[in-house]
Amino acid sequence: MNNGLQYKKWFPLFRVVLPVLLLFLCLGLINHERTERRMGVVKLTFLLNVNGRPLVLNDTLYNNIFGEPYRLSKFKFYVGEPGLKNLKQAEKEKQGYHLVDATQPQSQRISFALKPGEYNELFFTLGIDSARNCSGAQTGALDPMNDMFWTWNSGYVMVKMEGVSAVSSSVNQRFEYHIGGYKGKNSAVRTIALKFASPLAILPGKTTEIPVVIEINNWWNKQYPLSIKDYPVCTTPGEMAGRISLNYKNMFSLRPGAVSK
Amino acid sequence: MKKQPFILTLILSGTLLITGAINKENPGPGHPTWIELKIPTGWPKPPTDIFANNRLSEQGFQLGRKLFYDGRLSKDGNFPCASCHQQFAAFANYDHDLSHGFNNSFSNRNAPALFNLAWMTALHWDGAINHIEVQPLAPLTAPNEMAENIDSVLHKLRKDTDYPRLFKAAFGTAEINSQRMLKALAQFIGSIISGDSKYDRVKRGQAEFTANELNGFALFRSKCEGCHKEPLLTDNSFRNNGLPVNRYTNDAGRMKITGNREDSLKFKVPSLRNVALTYPYMHDGRFFSLSQVIEHYATGIQHNQTNLDSLLKKPISMNSRDKANLLYFLYTLTDTSLVKNPRFSSP
Repeated sequence: MNNGLQYKKWFPLFRVVLPVLLLFLCLGLINHERTERRMGVVKLTFLLNVNGRPLVLNDTLYNNIFGEPYRLSKFKFYVGEPGLKNLKQAEKEKQGYHLVDATQPQSQRISFALKPGEYNELFFTLGIDSARNCSGAQTGALDPMNDMFWTWNSGYVMVKMEGVSAVSSSVNQRFEYHIGGYKGKNSAVRTIALKFASPLAILPGKTTEIPVVIEINNWWNKQYPLSIKDYPVCTTPGEMAGRISLNYKNMFSLRPGAVSK
Repeated sequence: MKKQPFILTLILSGTLLITGAINKENPGPGHPTWIELKIPTGWPKPPTDIFANNRLSEQGFQLGRKLFYDGRLSKDGNFPCASCHQQFAAFANYDHDLSHGFNNSFSNRNAPALFNLAWMTALHWDGAINHIEVQPLAPLTAPNEMAENIDSVLHKLRKDTDYPRLFKAAFGTAEINSQRMLKALAQFIGSIISGDSKYDRVKRGQAEFTANELNGFALFRSKCEGCHKEPLLTDNSFRNNGLPVNRYTNDAGRMKITGNREDSLKFKVPSLRNVALTYPYMHDGRFFSLSQVIEHYATGIQHNQTNLDSLLKKPISMNSRDKANLLYFLYTLTDTSLVKNPRFSSP
């Protein structure tokens, strides 16, 4: 039969080519799987503290370094492209932006895949880098619906803190700090870099948890003494915002005891 | 026996499937119809590609157009984008010094005309907005404009019978989020190009200026072009043009955005295209006629302002004939094909 002849003619094609194609497909899939498995996972856990104790919003009265009593009602900040580095290389979660919110416990844990290795420093952008501030409408953590985007002067609020204090002369004794600005000398974009006490190993397929302590009371006094009484409100980019950002970048430290699981 | 064509088809479709999965550029049948922004001949390339991360498509444009004319983007339904940006006024607000907003309020500034935005690196009179996609957030959330919040707008759009389908056509799935809404609006407003006035036709050799217009053009070139640069008729810079401070709004302009004292009272140089349609003039709409504007430059500049633009320090002398000729020229900048283009009108 003519068909039979053709079958024989084409026989090598699916006897050889098809399996080879399938083999490549399988290899591709396996390789993809392997790449996934070759990565380690870093889990940052942010521990929000005031004077060494876990932050309680609204209900607890705190005192800052100036002896000013205050209650916090809001505390949110952006973590941009977190990563680890050693003397040779820096690996980070590219395009990874996270909004940490004191009212959302799950937002205080950030996980991302990272190339295994030994690292001695954790780093991330506290805020949103200038390029991303100018890139138009964003989504996810950067969605303007998260109330961290200035509509009257394009740009992200990097860190937002609000509360009440008896010493505040502002409306309803409120204090409000919406700190942002990505341009020039008053930029509030800060890089946080925290060195590990000893090298930290990120292992393939394992999750390594890194607890990061945030001491909120460092907001007030570390570099520039900014009391609530004198400066209850800062909601625009500028010199004041730049100064506050130099203070709050000192809120972060590592708690000893990163663990691999 | 029809076995081998079947197997061949299998191999072929398998290969296509694999290559199809790799080639993400081509989303397959049913993808939006990509379109290109047509740049008038002889114009400079836009400084940045506003559609670099928002590929222009017919469906995206049409969705943006519907959103632009939809009152539901405002709190009480009365203030679509188009309420202050009217096509017949070259997408400025006809006859309103300040625009009307929610709850009998006035806007802070005169609504700017919307065209040739692809050439603008910063939007608003003070350059506050750094990207066309985030611009709509300003009027949408301002309590004296549309007075809405994004969450509520998205809720209204999701409930609508048309929008999920239109979002799907433009973006591949029916998901409605702020990013997609803003990108669609950017596709519409960013596509509005005005480049077909008599002035343009003269430039292209398709028309001729009258003697008066020609004299006005010569005058424009010597007295106005320093800021209103051809062919866009603006250089998109911020300048203090010597207006007395508005004692009601006390608007310091660009200084509010940069925090620099040198930027006090600086506002963006608007394009002179369609200037006959976009009255009232200046950032606060204080002048209701072009003659008043010309008179300001001839005799009204406040020379005591410390950061008065250097180009305005030397008095601009014009006699009444000059002023009339200048007006004749300014009238040639009206682009009727823009204000009558059904593509930009209410869907």
